[in-house]
Amino acid sequence: MRQTKRATLILEDGTRFEGRSFGYEAPAAGEVVFNTAMTGYPESLTDPSYEGQILVTTFPLLGNYGVPPEGGSPDLSRHFEGDRIHCRAIIAQDYAWEHSHWLADRTLADWLVQQHIPGIYGIDTRALTKHLRESGSMLGKIVFECDDEIDFYDPNAENLIAKTSCTEVKEYGPEDGKRVVLVDCGIKHNIIRCLAARGVRVIRVPWDYDFNTIPYDGLFISNGPGNPDFADKTVEHIRKALAGNKPICGICMGNQLLAKAAGASTYKLKYGHRSHNQPVRRTGANSCYITSQNHGFAVDSDTLPVDWEPLFINMNDGTNEGIRHKSKPFFSAQFHPEASSGPRDTEFFFDEFINLL
Amino acid sequence: MNKDESIKKVLLLGSGALKIGEAGEFDYSGAQALKAMKEEGITTVLINPNIATVQTSDGFADKIYFLPVTPDFVERVIEKERPDGILLAFGGQTALNCGVELYRRGILERYGVKVLGTPVRAIIDTEDRELFVEKLDQIDVKTIRSSAASDVQAALAIAEDLGYPVIVRAAYALGGLGSGFCDNADELAALVEKALAFSPQVLIEKSLRGWKEVEYEVVRDRFDNCITVCNMENFDPLGIHTGESIVVAPSQTLSNDDYHYLRSLAIKIIRHIGIVGECNVQYAYDPQSMDYRVIEVNARLSRSSALASKATGYPLAFVAAKLGLGYGLFDLKNSVTQSTSAFFEPALDYVVVKLPRWDLGKFHGVNREIGSSMKSVGEVMAIGRTFEEAFQKGLRMIGQGMHGFVENKEINIPDLDHALASPTDKRVFALAAAMTRGYSVDRIHELTKIDRWFLYKLQNIMATARELEAYSTVDEIPVDLLRQAKQQGFSDFQIARSIFKDKMDDAEQANLAVRARRKALGIVPVVKQIDTLAAEYPAMTNYLYLTYNGTENDVDYLGDHRSIVVLGSGAYRIGSSVEFDWCSVNALMTVRKQGWRAVMINYNPETVSTDYDACDRLYFDELTFERVMDIMELEQPHGTILSVGGQIPNNLATRLDAAGVNILGTSAKSIDNAEDRHKFSAMLDRLGIDQPRWRELTSMDDIHDFVAEVGYPVLVRPSYVLSGAAMNVCSNSDELVRFLKLAANVSKQHPVVVTEFIQDAKEIEMDAVAQNGEIKAYAISEHIEYAGVHSGDATIQFPPQKLYVETMRRIKKVSSQIAKALNISGPFNIQYLAKDNDIKVIECNLRASRSFPFVSKVLKINFIDLATRVMLGMPVEKPAKSAFDLEYVGIKASQFSFSRLQGADPVLGVDMSSTGEVGCLGEMTSEAVLKSMLSVGQRIPSKGVLLSSGGAKHKAALLDAARMLDRRGFRIYATEGTQRFLSDNGIASTLVYKPSEPDMKPQALDILHSHDVDLVVNIPRDLSSAELTNGYKIRRAAIDLNIPLLTNARLASAFITAFTTLSPDSVEIKSWDEY
Repeated sequence: MRQTKRATLILEDGTRFEGRSFGYEAPAAGEVVFNTAMTGYPESLTDPSYEGQILVTTFPLLGNYGVPPEGGSPDLSRHFEGDRIHCRAIIAQDYAWEHSHWLADRTLADWLVQQHIPGIYGIDTRALTKHLRESGSMLGKIVFECDDEIDFYDPNAENLIAKTSCTEVKEYGPEDGKRVVLVDCGIKHNIIRCLAARGVRVIRVPWDYDFNTIPYDGLFISNGPGNPDFADKTVEHIRKALAGNKPICGICMGNQLLAKAAGASTYKLKYGHRSHNQPVRRTGANSCYITSQNHGFAVDSDTLPVDWEPLFINMNDGTNEGIRHKSKPFFSAQFHPEASSGPRDTEFFFDEFINLL
Repeated sequence: MNKDESIKKVLLLGSGALKIGEAGEFDYSGAQALKAMKEEGITTVLINPNIATVQTSDGFADKIYFLPVTPDFVERVIEKERPDGILLAFGGQTALNCGVELYRRGILERYGVKVLGTPVRAIIDTEDRELFVEKLDQIDVKTIRSSAASDVQAALAIAEDLGYPVIVRAAYALGGLGSGFCDNADELAALVEKALAFSPQVLIEKSLRGWKEVEYEVVRDRFDNCITVCNMENFDPLGIHTGESIVVAPSQTLSNDDYHYLRSLAIKIIRHIGIVGECNVQYAYDPQSMDYRVIEVNARLSRSSALASKATGYPLAFVAAKLGLGYGLFDLKNSVTQSTSAFFEPALDYVVVKLPRWDLGKFHGVNREIGSSMKSVGEVMAIGRTFEEAFQKGLRMIGQGMHGFVENKEINIPDLDHALASPTDKRVFALAAAMTRGYSVDRIHELTKIDRWFLYKLQNIMATARELEAYSTVDEIPVDLLRQAKQQGFSDFQIARSIFKDKMDDAEQANLAVRARRKALGIVPVVKQIDTLAAEYPAMTNYLYLTYNGTENDVDYLGDHRSIVVLGSGAYRIGSSVEFDWCSVNALMTVRKQGWRAVMINYNPETVSTDYDACDRLYFDELTFERVMDIMELEQPHGTILSVGGQIPNNLATRLDAAGVNILGTSAKSIDNAEDRHKFSAMLDRLGIDQPRWRELTSMDDIHDFVAEVGYPVLVRPSYVLSGAAMNVCSNSDELVRFLKLAANVSKQHPVVVTEFIQDAKEIEMDAVAQNGEIKAYAISEHIEYAGVHSGDATIQFPPQKLYVETMRRIKKVSSQIAKALNISGPFNIQYLAKDNDIKVIECNLRASRSFPFVSKVLKINFIDLATRVMLGMPVEKPAKSAFDLEYVGIKASQFSFSRLQGADPVLGVDMSSTGEVGCLGEMTSEAVLKSMLSVGQRIPSKGVLLSSGGAKHKAALLDAARMLDRRGFRIYATEGTQRFLSDNGIASTLVYKPSEPDMKPQALDILHSHDVDLVVNIPRDLSSAELTNGYKIRRAAIDLNIPLLTNARLASAFITAFTTLSPDSVEIKSWDEY
């Protein structure tokens, strides 16, 4: 038998799950969330929206296709969604010690060790998921030797947006393209790729940067981790932009910040949406889309001001999946049109934005 | 709502008899579609001659026609029923082809029948290879480059251009019929000629052997909303038909980019083609890049879609049927959660492995290599939370002697490298052997092209086995190792064998020792739900499986003893298929109707019994003693029914009984008394009931002595048989010696049973239900063929038309005696031989038989309902005597799949070889014979008939039929002896020469190749099967050239009589309820 170290997940309500380690062997703490996607662990692990979280994959097998090589730059990775792993740890039922994929240059275990991230297998992730579903997302910690190796850590008490945003302005794409300001609230790199591929000049700015001071043709607000209430500065800047008529678009956190700027409020979902199979419907139409999602907070549609309306609705639980202004070119999505990981059915969202420029 | 309200009545086309490439999955699809229509208040009309199916039962369709699914018959039903709409996508290729033909002939337009779902134009675009390639070219989607040829010369020229190896595909063919790989011009010429016999066109394309094969199940509504419900990856590389392949869901070796790249393409394709409903897209995918080719698109429900439905819990056929009525996906609910939308893609939190089941051992001369044409007859689906667990479960489920990947009886593989590179139905054994011999994963990958990921997983299993083998007692095994073994799907038996090795004298005790030890250690499986959303939302699902990879049960057990467990029938195989699913489903229905909770255990994804709607709890899991006991301990049912699922559950009787399981109905002891040849025979002797003379013998000398006493021919077989496996008739001493060498290898522990073989005897079936030893209802039916043709292959008429009243009376009497002696409570079947008025018992099964659905439906008395009520201990009234007095007759005919089994001798014998059956009704025997024979693919000849009959008796039996052919102006060709015999009797025929006289003209084979004959009657001289005889060559040529073939004189005579006295147009179109 493979000799691996025992590791224990302890939840804040005292529930314990015993497993074994396949990653870096140091205690970790964070908010425990589950994702029902069946592929895409390299993308999820590097997605800044998972900052401070312990990721439970409900699909029982993990690591099958290894990890793709580093490539690109820290500003824009070729295969990943960020410059490093943002999750605090990853938990699965079964780990594939041997992988097989032409693109992979190392195992998931190697990568986790390099990045100092614990990985646990041998846990009944279905039981764990049901527990989180019933009790709501909760804090948890992974220990190897004794229970008090590490304290619980609540990422939602911290400004994760500031933590994951870039700190200086960066530009991508053709210099002569239309200028799109991209507010980085903890951006997934595929948003940059999707915009740049459409021939615009992307000006990526930090979350608290006042973009109203620079010329642009369109404004795009990125996804990001945690509680939208920490981004008051961004909201303030967006509110200013709403006075104008230039196209504004947002994704995920971007949807929440746009809503807040418009005057609506947000709230924390019981256990969030994290999967590749969230169905959304365009309001007032027969068009439905399978979307990739990763969020713990949502916009309260009932609080939208009169000149705004829901753009998309979640077909499972009726939560808000996007908003739009009734007359101005402002709209956003709670889901991830840039996918990566997940289905790419809503990439047209970028085209709709670009066409408005 | 978006429903089309103009549709009030819908016609559904079924798929007919089960055949290789088109099996039980369409019973499931059709039943789902009917359910969807019913829910909408739509009247349904079903055409399907497969009388053993669930869909052709009371309560599924409003009108059922047991008629051939051919344009002529369907047109007449349309003319009579005037449906508003027609469903073409639920009856496999048979229904689809028929629908296309109805469209082309303008019939649908003439009668104003609307095609629901995918338009016919789109179907044609996917079915015609050239149109298909053209269509996908329009959206820059890559297909496998191929060119069409309609003759051999053109095919050779194309191949020359592409370079070998090439693959040949026949258009409009089910399951890859007539397809294959060719390495050179000779192989190509042979294959193309054969393929052109089935199809006007073949496609030649470059082979992509070694690529991955990946499939997506896609759904689209008329509002252009699309979802992919499931993707699946083949364990075997491209080149092995997906029906022959081990398949895993979801894909395991695709990255997120791979997965969604192919997913997006699939959606793009179905939008462009214009599917409304369900279809699948199959890809070849380069293992070294993101290059792909689309292999094909099936614009209908398929075997894969049935598998995907079971793998995910998403009812594809049900949803597709609703979409055909105009609904949008957003109008429909997820039927598992009942709260979330049907517009979603299931997230699995388990892994599913499908394995095919072959029965190639039943055929003489068949090529055992697996490739681009399908040969498997059934499949199983295993669910686990590791790949290893699901894979080992699956290997046990296919029921061919494997205990999992390791700890099997070793088989002799002389050239392992060849066995790996040219896979056969035994390839998993070859993989295990290679790992045992120390082949590296890389080397095995080089030879097999199986992705290394799968091989690594198999190596994990192998490594655990090696570790276990280091111990020699159960108690020594470390807890963690024992748990790991169970998590990797090891059975208690495998663990026992790994430690006891060859010293395992009592397997039973060893198993129980392992079981006791692990239970003491708390190593027990947990029950998990399949809920489509990986636990994201609460679900009331009753769809369950067991796993050792978990710590918590998903369901609560009430312990109120108010449930009844019904054991299902497992993988479809030759000898056990949809008929036992019908029995299982009917038992479940009665159990529920009588106020009990019905619990099903079964693992066959093609069935209706594994539809979670059919019961209160479905355990999609193994039917092994170990797993059944795991479930019993959790479920604590009131009782268990094991007499409706065929031989698999029946074989568990003694062990379950010993473990204290309450077996409902006939006792385990009685079951054993009927199964054990000695006990049964002694009982018959005691009762003074006659049986063919037999003896159980252990030496050749004894055998020769016995044969000297009874004379040839003799029937030779091992005890405890399923559908005649390893059974043979030997007509002389040479054959006897040759066969016994084989039989001895088949089962060393069992001595050989030799039985006198009575020639020219009638074979009669008694299907009945008894209560406390008293027969409550019975059906006596008669084979058209004389004894010697396996009862599963025989053509059966019910009620019997040519039996003496005296014979019937004796059969009733003897059956009553047996029922009483065995104190039968439940279903049973006895087979008799009758010659003059002497009757002999051949076999007795204390369970439902293959013919239960047939006799139940002909008689309109549901024997399973009756039997189930008996088993539940309820009082049951005998049906009124008048109920047995029918004004019509039913004929059950068998479907053979020889065309798929390259090389197999298409001759009938004591070993069963049919893959399916139909049952048709008629007011006269001829009418029912005609309908049923046309339903199993026979055609009425229009050109000529080749007669070639072996012995004098057969010639005489065919004389009247030959005379009728002559009178009706058919051109008769005959081989030498037959020609002389016909001429002596004043019937003109053209002499053709056998292949053994190659210099003489005209050659029998030539007139087959030139298609001057469209019916071949070739009766083997005796019951032995010499492979390279003249007869074999003629029979095989008929099959390969798609010319109808009959090999039994009595059946040929019945069919010829039917079509020479009746025309299909004169056959009455009557639904089941009109009889």
